[in-house]
Amino acid sequence: MKKVICYLNQFFGGVGGEDKADIEPYIVEGVVGPSMAINGALKDAEVTHTIVCGDNFMGSNTEEAVSRIMEMLKGKEFDFFVAGPAFRAGRYGVACGTICKAVQEKLGVPAVTSMNEENPGVEMFKGDVVIFKGGDGAAKMRKDVPKMIGYVNKVLAGEQTLGADAEGYFPRGIRHEIYLEDKRENTAAYRGVQMLLKKIRGEEYKTELVIPKKETVPVADAIKDLGSSVIALVTTGGIVPIANPDRIQSASATRWGRYDISDMDRLDAGKFKTIHAGFDPAAANADPNVIVPVDAMRAYEREGKIGRLHPYFYSTVGTGTTEAEASRMAIEMIPYLKEDGVNGVIVGST
Amino acid sequence: MVKEFEKAGFPVVHMCNLVPVSTTVGANRIVPTISIPYPLGDPNTSPEEQWKLRYHRVGVALDALATPVTEQTVFKVKY
Repeated sequence: MKKVICYLNQFFGGVGGEDKADIEPYIVEGVVGPSMAINGALKDAEVTHTIVCGDNFMGSNTEEAVSRIMEMLKGKEFDFFVAGPAFRAGRYGVACGTICKAVQEKLGVPAVTSMNEENPGVEMFKGDVVIFKGGDGAAKMRKDVPKMIGYVNKVLAGEQTLGADAEGYFPRGIRHEIYLEDKRENTAAYRGVQMLLKKIRGEEYKTELVIPKKETVPVADAIKDLGSSVIALVTTGGIVPIANPDRIQSASATRWGRYDISDMDRLDAGKFKTIHAGFDPAAANADPNVIVPVDAMRAYEREGKIGRLHPYFYSTVGTGTTEAEASRMAIEMIPYLKEDGVNGVIVGST
Repeated sequence: MVKEFEKAGFPVVHMCNLVPVSTTVGANRIVPTISIPYPLGDPNTSPEEQWKLRYHRVGVALDALATPVTEQTVFKVKY
């Protein structure tokens, strides 16, 4: 019987929600939560252990978390490592990618995970780790687990796998050699010329060598005279007036707000709070300046390091929010920034 | 959001805890923060320490806005 070890975050590990996101990694024998479903989907293999780690602990102390988990895995025999599924949970996705990559590199054991295409973990780790294309939330567990484990079963049985598109994972940018029947139509020369002819005729053709591209933007020019500049604060940390007047959603936000701070020296607890559902709000509710640093900006304004702070701060929630929605919201904010002659922007993320 | 602001010509500094995510998404000026729930002030430390950290890192962010860069840059913080 082959052996599999699973990785879950604090939520799926049954420890608790955001208030437990700081928990340090630990390992238990057997299954917990989703690793039970993973165990059920495995053929001729079983989940022997499950590791649980808080998303914030992994995010903020990555090296420490990885080295402790490597220590836990040392001496344990296992044939595959399965993390997640992480769906659209950003920190969890990054954690799954981090630990899968470490297990592969340091222990030489294959690893697999699953997450939604909007999860930042995909972009960061798809080149290193087999990441199955997963759903947007835990309701998709029943679909995502069998898809991912079907692949694990094949690999463990020594069967041929079919590549990214056919199996359902994100392409890693790795090309495998395959043998085609020995005939003229299969030669690279013939295929290349056919592609070229299609291109000349303006027909659709499919390249065999996709060049991945990372979308970057040109660096904007630095502010020349900071002392006379206008600086604006933007946050994805969900800080809003206590009544949340714009009804910004706590996750997967499509709305944003701008809030007048012209007569404030700092953001007072009790007047502002966070509605972000992706982290424990206690610290931010006790002192919203830890997310939107109005107090520090005012100090720099008084000292003359900057000309002035733009009289509004802008807020939305960054968890589960798609890149498309985030782009649109930023584009909607820009006219207000331009109108006031803003020279530079500080965007704070949680 | 950072990229849209930058496309519109504003220099932007991204203050975040998960620096690799910011780098992957494509922020050009990045200043690290200390955690996700409290980026700029650990409630387990004294108010003075929290203020020192926040004042320092916001200062680094402002300097970053005034620093010409040619590629993605993560600015160093002292505390």
